[in-house]
Amino acid sequence: MTTISAPVPVDQRGRWQLFWTSPAMRKMRRNPLALGGLVITLLFGLIGLFAPLIARPADNCLRDLNITTANEVYSPGVALRAILTPPASCYKIQRLSFQQQPTVPDAQAPFGTVNGYSIFYGLIWGTRTALKMSFIIVGITLLIGVIVGAVSGYYGGWVDNLIQRFIDVLFALPPLILTVVVLTIMRARFTATGNAYDPTVPIIVAFCIAGWAGYARIIRGEVLRTRELEYVDAARALGARDWRLITKHVIPNSVAAVFTLAVLDLATIPLSVAALSFLGLGFEGGYSEWGQLVDFARAWLKPEYWYVLVYPAIFIILFSLAFNLFGDGLRDALDPKTR
Amino acid sequence: MLNFVIRRVIQIPLVMLVLSLMIVGLTQLLTPEQRVAPYIRSEQQAAHMDEIIKQRGLDQPFVVQYGKWLGSTLHGDLGYSRASSQDVLKTIQTRLPATVELTIITAIPILLLGIWLGTLSALHKDKLLDQVIRVLVVFGYSLPTFVLGILLLAVFYAYLGWLPGAGQVNVLNQFALGDLKRYTGMLSVDAALNGRWDIAWDVIQHMILPALTLVTVLSANIVKVMRNNMLEALSSDYVRTARAKGLASRVVNNKHARRNALLSVVTLGGFLIIGLLGGSLITETIFAYPGVGQWVVQAALQSDLAAVLGFALLSAVIVVVVSTVVDILYGVIDPRVRFD
Repeated sequence: MTTISAPVPVDQRGRWQLFWTSPAMRKMRRNPLALGGLVITLLFGLIGLFAPLIARPADNCLRDLNITTANEVYSPGVALRAILTPPASCYKIQRLSFQQQPTVPDAQAPFGTVNGYSIFYGLIWGTRTALKMSFIIVGITLLIGVIVGAVSGYYGGWVDNLIQRFIDVLFALPPLILTVVVLTIMRARFTATGNAYDPTVPIIVAFCIAGWAGYARIIRGEVLRTRELEYVDAARALGARDWRLITKHVIPNSVAAVFTLAVLDLATIPLSVAALSFLGLGFEGGYSEWGQLVDFARAWLKPEYWYVLVYPAIFIILFSLAFNLFGDGLRDALDPKTR
Repeated sequence: MLNFVIRRVIQIPLVMLVLSLMIVGLTQLLTPEQRVAPYIRSEQQAAHMDEIIKQRGLDQPFVVQYGKWLGSTLHGDLGYSRASSQDVLKTIQTRLPATVELTIITAIPILLLGIWLGTLSALHKDKLLDQVIRVLVVFGYSLPTFVLGILLLAVFYAYLGWLPGAGQVNVLNQFALGDLKRYTGMLSVDAALNGRWDIAWDVIQHMILPALTLVTVLSANIVKVMRNNMLEALSSDYVRTARAKGLASRVVNNKHARRNALLSVVTLGGFLIIGLLGGSLITETIFAYPGVGQWVVQAALQSDLAAVLGFALLSAVIVVVVSTVVDILYGVIDPRVRFD
């Protein structure tokens, strides 16, 4: 009889510790700019999430939340509802008057008003709009891109050729212009029916059509590499079907490549949406959204109306800068060449 | 090489064909009524909508419609733009030169600045200068075009009053435009050719702010790529050999490292064109500059499909042709690139 020796002591590190002490995180932690960017980005996330508590509901939003005064939003039940499922009317910018001329910041409108709209309300809820749009759009484009890219790379042959040539064609149009084409068609379709529609839908569709191809390209390249690895062969020898091979073995080992791209896209998409709204092609008037507030500022460029331009500009630039600093840091940290 | 060139050139019409099929196909999401509605101008026309749809063949199968569209497009008829109250092709002819003018005046400083700062940054890697340039680069590409444009407008036009804020020429010079003989369509060049240096200067002044906006945003990327290329070249064996031979570091940097780093900047030409075309929509709208970008934004706002489709095709042609030229050029200057 042999005695079973005591198990060799293994370095017991939890998932969190493994993550925290990984080479990428070590590098990230030494990069103060990236960390600063991350902190500010998270701050924007909090502003977006808790928008109902920061810029309290007004007008129709009060009615749809079944409350009568703005301060009732701080009672737990209402607060939870307002944070998780705010009614669509809450995204309308609080309108204090119908006077076009901007009014200086005061207690009621901390950043002043323009066209009667409270700039503060528009910016806070606009943060929520921006983040919401960017997560939805990145989520959908990533999903489509990963699936199409994986199918293209895994099957190869004429399927691959067809998909790749189609992507070549899509890349012939600058993304902004493709987005404008799709938006024009979607807008014509929605406005002609005369029914009320969710203003986010045309924008999401337009960005998804223009955005998936970039992910698909990268994933395809990764899949071409992954599908040749031994464990995929092993799984195939065990009788796994194509779909299982793709979803369980090939995709999980290929998505890391698009991770940083997706993070950087989370930063650029709100800006592109804002640019479209600025042009008048995004959200309709009075919807809480950053680009529109900058558009309002075009008519009031004189120094005495500084607050109309300065606050929205600070929000947008700070968001973009912080996210880019974080994204660049992340890319450096994950890039094995720079370690 | 010749084989490669021929194959690339043949691809251009193919890509355009598939692209047009795709965009025209997208318009099929709209009912014939929805496609006609933006062009209806009078009660009378509205009453005869069905006949107009029949007459234009908008109720026919997609294949027939696409065939008709392709036929008229190949004959140079891109339809009528409501936004400019003109044929689409005519509008492009009158407005494109202004955009080209602005693009040229923007692209040159972008390339020069990008290459210069990128090289400088790489040569001083991790020193103060490099850090400053890298921070500027992050600032540059973090600034959204539309916010930067409005900020520049607020500072240099509304506050300081140094530069004009909108349009292409002053109101006073507007009247003199009729007397100019047009050679190129580009106003600054034509004015200079006519000896009207005052108008040419005026036009250039109007281009400074839009150009500055695009230069700030777009040169950042070139700096980044140039820095990386330069760093790669500087750490390569042939540079080390050159240094070991005792060659002056200026010669090594300029002749050995920078020349090789410049190679892949050529490939950025395609990226630059895409950025400038997309950027033209925003800058031209902000500065009310009468180019194609401003027109297409107006058209999109009015659901002017013919104009938007025409512009999309135009930009695709530009992008495809430029990237083909870039690919071929790259093959010419870098013999290592193999085409198979």
